[in-house]
Amino acid sequence: MVSDRIFGAVVAVVALAYIASANQIQTSFLADPVGPKMFPMMIGAGAFIAGIFVILRPDGDPDWPVLSTIGALLIAVVVLVAYAYALKPFGFILPTAMASAILSYQIFPKIGQAVLVGAGLSIGLFMLFKFALGLGLVAFPSALFG
Amino acid sequence: MDLLSNLATGFGIALSPYTLMLAVFGCFIGTIIGALPGLGPSNGVAILIPLTFSLGLDATSALVLMTAVYYGAMYGGRISSILLNIPGDEPALMTTLDGYPMAKAGRAGDALIISGFASFTGAFLSTVGLMLLAPLLARIAFQFGPAEYFALYILAFATLGGIASNNQAKAAIASCIGLGIAMIGVDNNSGMPRLTFGNMHLFDGIDFLVAIVGLFAITEVFSFIESHGKNTSIGIKLDKLKVPWRDIWNTRWVQLRGSLVGFIAGILPGAGASLGSFLAYMSEKSIAGEKGGFGTGVAKGVAAPEAGNNAAAGGALVPMLTLGVPGSGTTAVLLALLMTLNITPGPTLFTDRPEVVWGLIASLLIANFVLLAMNVPMVKVFVRVLSVPAWVLLPGVTMISFVGIYSLSGSYFDLLLMVAFGVLGWVLRKLDVPTVPIILGILLGGHMEDSLRRAMVLSDGDWTYLFSSKIAIGLWAVAIAGFVAPLFLRKFLKKPQAVSD
Repeated sequence: MVSDRIFGAVVAVVALAYIASANQIQTSFLADPVGPKMFPMMIGAGAFIAGIFVILRPDGDPDWPVLSTIGALLIAVVVLVAYAYALKPFGFILPTAMASAILSYQIFPKIGQAVLVGAGLSIGLFMLFKFALGLGLVAFPSALFG
Repeated sequence: MDLLSNLATGFGIALSPYTLMLAVFGCFIGTIIGALPGLGPSNGVAILIPLTFSLGLDATSALVLMTAVYYGAMYGGRISSILLNIPGDEPALMTTLDGYPMAKAGRAGDALIISGFASFTGAFLSTVGLMLLAPLLARIAFQFGPAEYFALYILAFATLGGIASNNQAKAAIASCIGLGIAMIGVDNNSGMPRLTFGNMHLFDGIDFLVAIVGLFAITEVFSFIESHGKNTSIGIKLDKLKVPWRDIWNTRWVQLRGSLVGFIAGILPGAGASLGSFLAYMSEKSIAGEKGGFGTGVAKGVAAPEAGNNAAAGGALVPMLTLGVPGSGTTAVLLALLMTLNITPGPTLFTDRPEVVWGLIASLLIANFVLLAMNVPMVKVFVRVLSVPAWVLLPGVTMISFVGIYSLSGSYFDLLLMVAFGVLGWVLRKLDVPTVPIILGILLGGHMEDSLRRAMVLSDGDWTYLFSSKIAIGLWAVAIAGFVAPLFLRKFLKKPQAVSD
């Protein structure tokens, strides 16, 4: 109930913001009868109406995970975001090993296993992508190996 | 005999050693993907698209490879359903209802082989159906103008929201999210940037592959972390393997009926394989009646949903190829593949690039026989795959997704977007909001707006033009019925829940 009401409200607000920003779209002199604003505003209106519906007729609440699980999920998100930033400057092998070890640890908490998974996946996938599929990956940061 | 000469062209392409190799390879990879718990046809195909694209295969080869993966994953899905009681994705859910009880009763091998044959029947018959029906539909589709296309897109979203989800409002929200995302970027007509908020990364719009991989693959990773791999129950051992000819023969009518029901469900835009397996199972259950023992582990209960599921997979290709409107999450992913390869699906595909269409159809026929051969005698090989633990599989899936998206553009921004889509997908999944309409929205948003604007140019801004032809009115009527009718039918058609231990 509460979750759906909040979700519906968020959708409705975002939809209004979307309509407002669609209204800011510059039209050019090459205008067709509909123009570039109309369709985005229709989408926003549709989402707004549907959001109000969800507020009025909410479903039952889902089973939200306990706080520690939410913490684990947040750590996973942080790891993935850091991985996204690290992939280019630090090469493939090191960030991949660390990210996959942490993810593996989160699914099944055993450190030794997780380290093995990290090492195995990073080297195995690097071989696969570089030599079997011929993708242009860089193994290590260029600063280390010139 | 147009059909025969077309088929000859198709087989000429498909039987070349290289294409044949790709098809066999695709079937193998696909079956493994389907069998891996947590990976199904849609997310499996999704994470492979960027890689296929980077490999630089030509359009026909890439298409053959990926549809072989698609069919293979449809076959493979039954393995984890039967042995682990974990459906690889939604359509495989119905197979768990009788497959898992059969496996518990020591008939796991029988269940796997019966379902393998039923999958073959469904997939084979629906490929034949596709071959016969698609050219006819393509001919009708030539009469479609922008008004009709706009109505057709509305129809796809309406049926997807109405039939394939639990709550219409939530499905509508999902469609709007997808369409809204599709609007971001430079407007094709006026050349003006829209909704980019001055961010240079957004000028080209958001790549649908980023959204698909995020929503399907990364979301799955978050769900696994949430459950701490608890869903990876210990599987049932498979010892002896004998072909139960008698059961296969006894379920022949079930397989045929299931294929027909599945094929029709697959053709409906937005309905797809889940509906196919569901209807096939439910209709056989009511034909068999109380004495049929559905739900306790009977051969018919395994044959019906698998025939329906695989027939729907073929049926869903009909609207996808002829009209460019996918019928399910997986065909939406295949549409994404076509668009990546710069192939525009639609009636012109059949006249302009017959080698793509008929090469594809011929490879599907071949892939079916390959899959039957792989899935009946070699099923034990794939059963091994089930023992890959989640703590290896999920990090692996994540890394493959990252590399795939990274190899497309080499930009960290796409990777961040992908993670964001993963988080969004997880929240929406919790709230029971379907994510397939989002994908469909992102894929079709541009075309939908385009058809609306072209229709308005033709009519000089007269909105009644949208309802001016018989085809358009018919499509609008079906769209409204498809969205509204399930409200009343939901009382009678309730999805059976998964069996628990």
